[in-house]
Amino acid sequence: MTSILTNLFDGVAYGMLLFVLACGLAVTLGLMNFVNLAHGAFAMAGGYVCMLLVNQHGWPFFAALPLAFGSSAVIGIVLERTLYRHLYARSHLDQVLFTIGLTFMSVAAVDYIQGSSRVFINLPAALQGQFDVFGVGIGRYRLMIIVICGLLTIGLQMVLAKTRFGSRLRAAVDDPRAASGLGINVPQVFAFTFAFGCGLAGLGGALSAEILGLDPYFPLKFMIYFLIVVTVGGSSSITGPFLASLLLGIGDVAGKYYVPKMGPFVIYTMMIVILIWRPNGLFGRTAAR
Amino acid sequence: MSASSDVGFHAQRHARWHYGEAAFWLIVLACGFVFPSRYLIMTDILRLALFAMSLDLILGYAGIVSLGHAAFFGVGAYAAGLLALHGVINEPVLALIAAGLAAMVLGFATSFLVIRGVDLTRLMVTLGIALLLEALAERFSNITGGTDGLQGIEMQPILGQIPFDMFGKAGFFYSLAVLFVLFLLARRIVHSPFGLSLRAIKNNPLRAAAIGIPVNRRLIAIYTLAAFYAGIAGALFTQTTAIASLDVFAFDRSADLMLVLVIGGAGYLYGGLIGAVIFRMLQEVFSTITPQYWQFWIGLVLVVIVLVGRQRLHYGVLFLPNLLIKQIAGRKAVVTVPESDA
Repeated sequence: MTSILTNLFDGVAYGMLLFVLACGLAVTLGLMNFVNLAHGAFAMAGGYVCMLLVNQHGWPFFAALPLAFGSSAVIGIVLERTLYRHLYARSHLDQVLFTIGLTFMSVAAVDYIQGSSRVFINLPAALQGQFDVFGVGIGRYRLMIIVICGLLTIGLQMVLAKTRFGSRLRAAVDDPRAASGLGINVPQVFAFTFAFGCGLAGLGGALSAEILGLDPYFPLKFMIYFLIVVTVGGSSSITGPFLASLLLGIGDVAGKYYVPKMGPFVIYTMMIVILIWRPNGLFGRTAAR
Repeated sequence: MSASSDVGFHAQRHARWHYGEAAFWLIVLACGFVFPSRYLIMTDILRLALFAMSLDLILGYAGIVSLGHAAFFGVGAYAAGLLALHGVINEPVLALIAAGLAAMVLGFATSFLVIRGVDLTRLMVTLGIALLLEALAERFSNITGGTDGLQGIEMQPILGQIPFDMFGKAGFFYSLAVLFVLFLLARRIVHSPFGLSLRAIKNNPLRAAAIGIPVNRRLIAIYTLAAFYAGIAGALFTQTTAIASLDVFAFDRSADLMLVLVIGGAGYLYGGLIGAVIFRMLQEVFSTITPQYWQFWIGLVLVVIVLVGRQRLHYGVLFLPNLLIKQIAGRKAVVTVPESDA
């Protein structure tokens, strides 16, 4: 019984992490219909920035996290303004090729600069180990992830639902043409959201170093996971990807624990079945374009 | 001339063999005699060309974007390896066909998943299938040899006559023959009414359906055929290198394949062949400059190609040959890449 709860807890932490990593991609796909396979590269950038600051410059972990966010966001906005925006009107094939190219470049570049082995971020002692609550083992680090990601999710939901920017963004996702007809500067909304999404990915990358492992192949290894979250969750709301991430996280942890021999099998099968059953995602509506 | 016979006339004229094509194949054949020390890399190029031709059939002609074409390559590779290892079918040509058929069955089964949904869903499903198979191959390591791959494959002589030699000469001419035969078949198919209907589907599925083309059935057919081609390419890989390992399913393989086709240009069958040559040369150059990080430059090539624009790039490359033809032969240029966005 307690092992089930521990697994559930780990799965929730894992899922929330995936959500923070992938929710930027949901916006890219939903808003601009842009297939960005290089999303993981931004996460990796954040992870490596955090690692360098903590391990080599002795920054405290919690001070390095905002910088991981910031650096990924800056890289994101620079690339969006210089490269990505030329490709919005292109075919999906072009977008796929372009972003695969970017991913390959990022993998080789990080390999060149930092070496190909897995890196670890030195965590403060307060985050290590676990404690028991009614016999259920709770990892401190995972608890922190749930707290941070949970707050972020609530924050995102508030911004989307309550603020003016949020309603602009939702309008633009629902129907970009009508939105721009109403005077919403869709490219600007998008650029900002893209940068924010990349920042979140960077933050997720920094947080995930401990759980998912951080090495130069991160963008390739987890690309499929991000895509699953988005395609299964749909891109019309934030709740869809969130639930999809939780489902994926819990499914993956449980799958690895209870049927270790089946490996990643469970996840891929689940994804294919869901996509066949509902091509627009489990919680998605039909795509606007 | 009525409209239908007019279309038929143009289609037939398009389907006729050009001198350039004959010259192309003669040059390929001549390479086999001119560079006897380079059989291994040339065989590699032929394999890649066949694999790329397979992707061209679905991407260039039917407009199906696939990120998991390595799935069929891998199935073909393992099928050929297992057939040879356990001595089920010893004769390589028969084993090749059997391996192709195995991939074809998978292609037929998964085509129903692929015809549903839009580009993104297709990308995900094809990618998912390739990853699934990779996981399967790793899981059933007692059959596939796991991460070590299949080892100790010994190939019997081709048709019982020609043994594989260590310099790869037999392997090269064997691959070339297979490639040529399959090319003839593909050429026949894409110029048939069936092939023309595929182009109609690619340009506008809705309109194609409206003029009475059974869109889904056609897509299933071409996807199955492409799977067969990819399976043959995979089987050639195993037969000529005598290894089959997990990386036959790798994502990099599918991604590289797209690059090959993009370099060569999709939708005229030769794209895969030309692209394979250029891709391997690029890879050689990059890996001599930076042995470990050649992937960076491959990525850069992809980014640049997309940013410049595929059509503009091919126009630029073909500008000089077309100019020469115009000046010398005094007629309208014939060398064009009939490319439209997939």
